[in-house]
Amino acid sequence: MTYVKEEIGFVAILARDLRLASRRRVDILLPLGFFVVAVSLFPFGVGPEPNMLRQIAAGVVWVSALLATMLSVSHLYAADHADGSLEQMLLSPRSAYAIAAAKASAHWCLTGAPLVLCAPLLGLLMDMNSQALLILTATLLLGTPILSLLGGLGAALTLGLRSGAVLLILLILPLCIPTLIFGAGAVSAAESGVSVEAHFSLLGALLLLTGLAAPWGTAAALRIAVE
Amino acid sequence: MSAQLRWTTFAAPSRFCALAAATTPWLWAACLLLTVAGLYIGFGVAPTDATQGEAYRIIFIHVPAAWMSMVLYCAMAGWAAIGWAFNTRMASMLAHAIAPTGAMFTFVALWTGALWGKPTWGTWWVWDARLTSELILLFLYLGYMALLAAVDDVQRGDKASALLAIVGVVNIPIIYFSVRWWNTLHQGASVSITAAPTMAKTMLLAMLVMTFAFWAYAFAVVFTRARALALQRERDAEWVQALRKVVPT
Amino acid sequence: MTESGLSGFLNMGGYGLYVWGSYGVTLVAMLADWWFARRALKDSLEVQA
Repeated sequence: MTYVKEEIGFVAILARDLRLASRRRVDILLPLGFFVVAVSLFPFGVGPEPNMLRQIAAGVVWVSALLATMLSVSHLYAADHADGSLEQMLLSPRSAYAIAAAKASAHWCLTGAPLVLCAPLLGLLMDMNSQALLILTATLLLGTPILSLLGGLGAALTLGLRSGAVLLILLILPLCIPTLIFGAGAVSAAESGVSVEAHFSLLGALLLLTGLAAPWGTAAALRIAVE
Repeated sequence: MSAQLRWTTFAAPSRFCALAAATTPWLWAACLLLTVAGLYIGFGVAPTDATQGEAYRIIFIHVPAAWMSMVLYCAMAGWAAIGWAFNTRMASMLAHAIAPTGAMFTFVALWTGALWGKPTWGTWWVWDARLTSELILLFLYLGYMALLAAVDDVQRGDKASALLAIVGVVNIPIIYFSVRWWNTLHQGASVSITAAPTMAKTMLLAMLVMTFAFWAYAFAVVFTRARALALQRERDAEWVQALRKVVPT
Repeated sequence: MTESGLSGFLNMGGYGLYVWGSYGVTLVAMLADWWFARRALKDSLEVQA
């Protein structure tokens, strides 16, 4: 049962979403399960040779994390939209920006953070060394919030549309490519001995930019979808 | 009706349709003339390239198509933004009309890029910065068209696709920069397939003439499609009823 | 051009397949784009009696 307070704030929505999710823990495990399965498929596809797996490992983990995020984000607003509480939230004096930011944060807490925690284990499956694993985890830590923010934008744009989940992936994946490039690229750079400073600076810049701009776009998209 | 031309004169679908109908024949004439001129210069006047032989002549359509794909995306986003900001549906319709032609030029740029790459660099596809960015641009166009097709409500479709187009346009510099970065890091694929041969003036001229030819084409087709959209959407209006011909079944 | 005549023109110094493959597909794509737009216009202008 949903419960909407009179004063809707960032913290309130974040807390509410986390509380709701805690009652359906399966939903948290599903994207994680997909993540593990997706990474595990690659050795079957390309062969188990450790040298080659090591080379593609960072890219494989990153792409799988990206897909897991996009698959899990499509229903971010669906439940609230279905029972009318989304419209209530948009009517409140608090800005839609806060709602969008809170929703994206909740998604990251429930999906992104577990992915980040799980990534080192999967990297080990692909025979990555410890330095590479560290860089991979760090880039995912910076990158998964960006993905959650962009995913939130996609979810708002495709709210209520048939085949919305697949459409969302088509719309948002191109926008995620820079994050993917810098994230996975940092690991290759570290392995060839090049400095990863630039990669992390760029990822940080992308996170800042997305953090500021994406909730604005999401808020606009929510209003378009609901009116 | 006042004979004065204002900025908003053609925001009215009826007047836009009249303008489009009047100008389209001229645009087609210009397109054909420029195409003939461009191809004549390209094949009849421009010399054979020292390194690439006759294969380089693909650039006379590859580069103009690539330029058009980018210009049309910006135009599409621009009109979509205007339609959203000023709540003028004709601007949104114009944006919708641009999308398929833009996507077509992007496809042409990719196809001709591949056919240029095979004889000159040995592979059908090279992940160089510009071709890869073109591929992503195609995804952006397809996304716009897909979103528009998925939304039944006309107003929501106009606004949502406008937002998507704006997000796309803002992201294009970021995407292009990151793709170039990615390309230079992975030295294996650093041969740029679009490194043009040292351009003789005639080659450049042919390319420019073809660009204008494509531009005239784009105007003509986009105007046609925008007219069709306007007539469809405004079909209950008097001026549309007056234009319609009754066709016996 | 180095080769003369129609056969030289079609051959394009051995690259005929690529050059004409490019121009051919481009022409088809542009004609198709135009054709669909024109058909949409016709459909919007005509009313079945």
